Amino acid sequence: MANIIVFAIIAVVIIAAALAAVFTKRIMRSVTALLFVLFAIAGLYFLLDYTFLGAAQLSIYAGGMTMIYIFAIQLLGRRDLQGYVEKLSFKRTVGAAIVSFIGCATVVGVMLKNFFIDKFMSVADSEVSMEKIGEALVGSEKYQYVLPFEFISLFLLACIIGGLVVSRNQKEDK
Amino acid sequence: MVPVECFFVLSAILFFIGVFGFVTRRNLIAMLVSVELILNAVDINFAAFNRLLFPEGNEGFFFTLFSIGVSAAESAVAIAIILNVYRLFKSDSVEAIDNLKL
Repeated sequence: MANIIVFAIIAVVIIAAALAAVFTKRIMRSVTALLFVLFAIAGLYFLLDYTFLGAAQLSIYAGGMTMIYIFAIQLLGRRDLQGYVEKLSFKRTVGAAIVSFIGCATVVGVMLKNFFIDKFMSVADSEVSMEKIGEALVGSEKYQYVLPFEFISLFLLACIIGGLVVSRNQKEDK
Repeated sequence: MVPVECFFVLSAILFFIGVFGFVTRRNLIAMLVSVELILNAVDINFAAFNRLLFPEGNEGFFFTLFSIGVSAAESAVAIAIILNVYRLFKSDSVEAIDNLKL
């Protein structure tokens, strides 16, 4: 019962903050609302007893990525973005609302009419142990993930170099 | 435990809020924020499927973990591109970018 109450609070926060992120016309507020969505999703992982995932979500998404966004907004010029107000076309808004409503109804319908949902089982409130996560991350057996783990480190390195190359000021080269 | 349907409905709503934002907003950073909403909706689904429908395995857990890492990298590169676009075109709206080259 307590779980359901916590879930309801988290769900309300997620949906309200997501709507705020999409609808507010000021870009800084939009990013702040995104931060609240990310925090609430970390709470959802804690609720599912995936504490490691919740911590990763907090440190990578909420701590790291929002910081990148805020830096980008600050760097893009004071006059332009912080008080930036966007004009939305009414026709596009109505069209997008209809499309997303139909899409949402379809997805929810498919999800709820499915049979695999009956396999839902009540699991005991126990965390995935840290040893299990560590062994699965660096093991090379079946259901262990050393290859994607190494790939993602390479990928992050490539992204750092790519980001530096792309955002370098090209006028200085000449 | 929370019934698994709640997670599905929540993530579907979050996903389509993101789609709505991606279609309506014309600002590059706002579109990136919408993409993050979509990615997070998918992550919720991975975790909920894994935890509530197949708790013996850990595949959904690691999918979510890797998806968080990949989306962090993706957003860093996207921010670098947006900074460069802003420097070249003096605008951050998608309508301003109609050529790949100046």
